[in-house]
Amino acid sequence: MAPMQPPQDDLDRRKVVGINPETVTNITSTDFPGHHAGEDNSWSLSNFKQNLKVHFHENEKDEAIFSLVGVDASIANAFRRILIAEVPTLAIEKVYVQNNTSVIADEVLAHRLGLIPLKGRIEGLKWLKWFFEPNPDLGFEGVGRTDYNTVVLSLNVKCERNPHADKNATEPEEKYINSSVYSRHIKWAVQGSQEEQFRDGPIEPVSPDILIAKLRPGQEIDIIMHAHLGKGGDHAKFSPVATATYRLLPTITITKPILGADARKFQKCFPPGVIDLERVTPSDAASDESVYHGREGDEKAVVKDPMRDTVSRECLRHEEFRDKVKLGRVQDHFIFNVESTGQFPSDMLFLESVNVLKYKAKRLLQALDEMEK
Amino acid sequence: MSGQREAYTLPTQTGGLNQFASGFAAGDASGGPTVQYVCGECAAKVSLGRGDAIRCSMCGHRVLYKERTKRMVQFEAR
Repeated sequence: MAPMQPPQDDLDRRKVVGINPETVTNITSTDFPGHHAGEDNSWSLSNFKQNLKVHFHENEKDEAIFSLVGVDASIANAFRRILIAEVPTLAIEKVYVQNNTSVIADEVLAHRLGLIPLKGRIEGLKWLKWFFEPNPDLGFEGVGRTDYNTVVLSLNVKCERNPHADKNATEPEEKYINSSVYSRHIKWAVQGSQEEQFRDGPIEPVSPDILIAKLRPGQEIDIIMHAHLGKGGDHAKFSPVATATYRLLPTITITKPILGADARKFQKCFPPGVIDLERVTPSDAASDESVYHGREGDEKAVVKDPMRDTVSRECLRHEEFRDKVKLGRVQDHFIFNVESTGQFPSDMLFLESVNVLKYKAKRLLQALDEMEK
Repeated sequence: MSGQREAYTLPTQTGGLNQFASGFAAGDASGGPTVQYVCGECAAKVSLGRGDAIRCSMCGHRVLYKERTKRMVQFEAR
């Protein structure tokens, strides 16, 4: 028996999450084999290729907003989680304090230094290898620190009185030299082949203006730091994203016309730009819909841009819109928002997450092959 | 910063039942090794020997701090 093909509007309805005043319905996807009797919902690459769409709404270096359409929630969520916890980045991991007479404690200072995002030539960062710490308990020797896996940075700042300062000066910035330690004071000590790898993109903090500590005359900080590759799952400082989130595309369906003052009120129920007001046309007024009769030239609410909606459900609270509007979300339309910390461009991070998932899938396949042997 | 590491020397005990009355309380500022301190008020360097009055030579402040170790200390940036 040939598989049944349900009508298109049926398929569209299955994909929409219903949003009601107090409940949310039809949350889980049902496009898997055996759920709908007589239908062939087996996964096929050609179908997937046909349905998958990616389009960018905004693509800046530190923020990318794009729609990923046609994938299951599990896949979209996997990308999000990989972005946060598994794309490797470079961050300060070891801090060797030679001197720190500032009021900030060594361990707190070390923690602050670890959180500073670093940048450098992308190809150079990808060229870096993992560093593994030796573990005597497990008899694991680890790998040595080389130019391949360790980036050496130093921070050497001493605060002094400013001899040319105005006698009446009250601001520390004016009275003292180096009263604040900023991330721009961190200097990179080039090791071996790093010089070539990071020639036109030296390793330095993403922002030069991150305040690390404050000093007063006579106090100094003299520190050497080692930066290694790491994953966000190990420590948040290695997470390459500030935020990586997605939301489902909202849908607003006006089932019965909303006219006049109601239309204005309806527009106010949504964020700006979601609902537009149009005039009732002569053809509308002459149509079968009785509410239009005699309302020619009056204002009518139309949906302009549902993507800007925050799905506050405000419109469902008002009596005058009862049974006139239906809210929903499209189950397989994910609006991603990826905000990079600055080490990699945001769009590259998403591609990197796809790469990581692909690598994991390959490893799973290999493991399955091993089991069959 | 002198760069030199100051060595720890055992206090020499003059012995007997009377040992508590000797040393600091007895106030014998007889040369001996001195230790560097930092004044809590004016941040001046003060070097004190055994039995010296605990007082800054510049401003007379009575709170002195020990200098930080010159040894390197390792931390994990976590």
